[in-house]
Amino acid sequence: MAEQAITGWRRWAEGIGEQCVFFARFFRNIFAGGFEWSEFVRQCYEIGYRSMMLVGITSFIMGLVLIVQLRPSLVDLGAASMLPKTLTVSFIREIGPVITAIICAGKIASSIGAELGSMKVTEQIDAMEVSGANPLQYLVVTRIFATSLMVPLLSIIGDAIGLFGGFLALNITDSISFSLYFNKCISSLDFSDFLPAVVKTVFFGFAIGFVGCYKGYHSNKGTESVGIAANSAVVTASLWIFVIDAIAVQITSILFYH
Amino acid sequence: MKASGENKEIKEPASSKKTEVVIHAKGIAKAFGDKEVLKNINFDLKRGENMVVLGKSGMGKSVTIQCIVGMLKPDAGTLTVLGENVAEMGDEELKQLRMKIGFLFQSGALYDSMTVRENLEFPLTRVLKLTDQQDIDKRVEEVLDGVGLLDAIDKLPSDLSGGMRKRVGLARTLIVKPEIMLYDEPTTGLDPITSREISELILHMQQKYKTSSIIITHDMECARITADRIVVMDDGEYIAEGSYKELQKSDNKMVRSFFNETT
Repeated sequence: MAEQAITGWRRWAEGIGEQCVFFARFFRNIFAGGFEWSEFVRQCYEIGYRSMMLVGITSFIMGLVLIVQLRPSLVDLGAASMLPKTLTVSFIREIGPVITAIICAGKIASSIGAELGSMKVTEQIDAMEVSGANPLQYLVVTRIFATSLMVPLLSIIGDAIGLFGGFLALNITDSISFSLYFNKCISSLDFSDFLPAVVKTVFFGFAIGFVGCYKGYHSNKGTESVGIAANSAVVTASLWIFVIDAIAVQITSILFYH
Repeated sequence: MKASGENKEIKEPASSKKTEVVIHAKGIAKAFGDKEVLKNINFDLKRGENMVVLGKSGMGKSVTIQCIVGMLKPDAGTLTVLGENVAEMGDEELKQLRMKIGFLFQSGALYDSMTVRENLEFPLTRVLKLTDQQDIDKRVEEVLDGVGLLDAIDKLPSDLSGGMRKRVGLARTLIVKPEIMLYDEPTTGLDPITSREISELILHMQQKYKTSSIIITHDMECARITADRIVVMDDGEYIAEGSYKELQKSDNKMVRSFFNETT
């Protein structure tokens, strides 16, 4: 029993050590020269453009549902006019970034994990390495940079679509013009709402890319390991998103709200 | 023939002129956990020579060539490739060495998100750092023509048959004009006719590009076509060495078992 626990802890510590080494190798390769621009653009397209529909639909529904859920409580309190502001602040600060990141963890981290895992199984990564090319620069650096750039952009787009969903939901029961609704939304926003949210989505994006690449790059050689890499990438990336969110909210509170 | 019979003794490689020997292995050992895969591997690969390594699956044949390109580090022994000790090389030196070595994987290991053209351009732009597109196109077309697959230039690997993938893999390896070629079971999974075509292609390419090659296989037809010299591996050691005809007459049971299958 104790032996199993020790083995478990040792494996966990080894995993952390491996991730640190992988991070150091990633960091070193950023400055190794010869950034793969074409692959970076391709990844931005794959990660960003191809996830836009999913993020858009999810955000739209979230905006719509939030208004439907919030309305009765705010009407009871006589604060129905606060609906646009409540939705905007909660969506921009928290719900939009986290929902987008979780969707991206499910779609992007798993896809990167499975793709690199399958490249590992079929010896494509080994082939790059023994040819004298740099697989880390081509496969890992580009993907992590692409997720770090595209997740914030997707989050911003998701926020806008979510607020639009809220506008439509509000118009089911009440009547509010589009310009008045968006004026209320924008006027309720502050720099301290927007900036920390964007910054944390950069970290969410980095975590999604890093975890996906790490899990895929370090998968074992076997078809089963591709599935394990994809699954493990989603679980770990989702967990990291909440950890980063918890840290980000503390830092934001200290910097902006005190 | 250097060794035969039941004894597993094999002579140390005869010292050659430094310029003639491209790979020198002495006392190479490698273990994974408790399992000793390589025990005492000694060989010299001479310039322009095709050396075939025969052995049962799981005997460490591939481990030997993985040590040569620095994918694995031997636990003991000296491995000198093109005059450089692989174990003492740093990352940059290893990268430089790998540019002179071609490695054909068992599966072909084509990059499946890229077309055949992009697969072939990859080592030219990333390893040789070529920028002149005309030069790149010329090299790609020349080497693809050499393996008889110019028509497949814009196809994806998923559209190719097993034999075609091997050909493209070979073309991608040869496009950087390596001095040494390492083939990891190049005919595995192919039908006899395609296997023979690939074996003949390996021989043809070796003559055209003047490479020195190590061919890991258990396909006797491939060994017969391609080998200048064959070494037989068993239990982590080379137990016999000689030409195809010499080994055919071996009285070692293990060696005979390979040849009996084909006679």
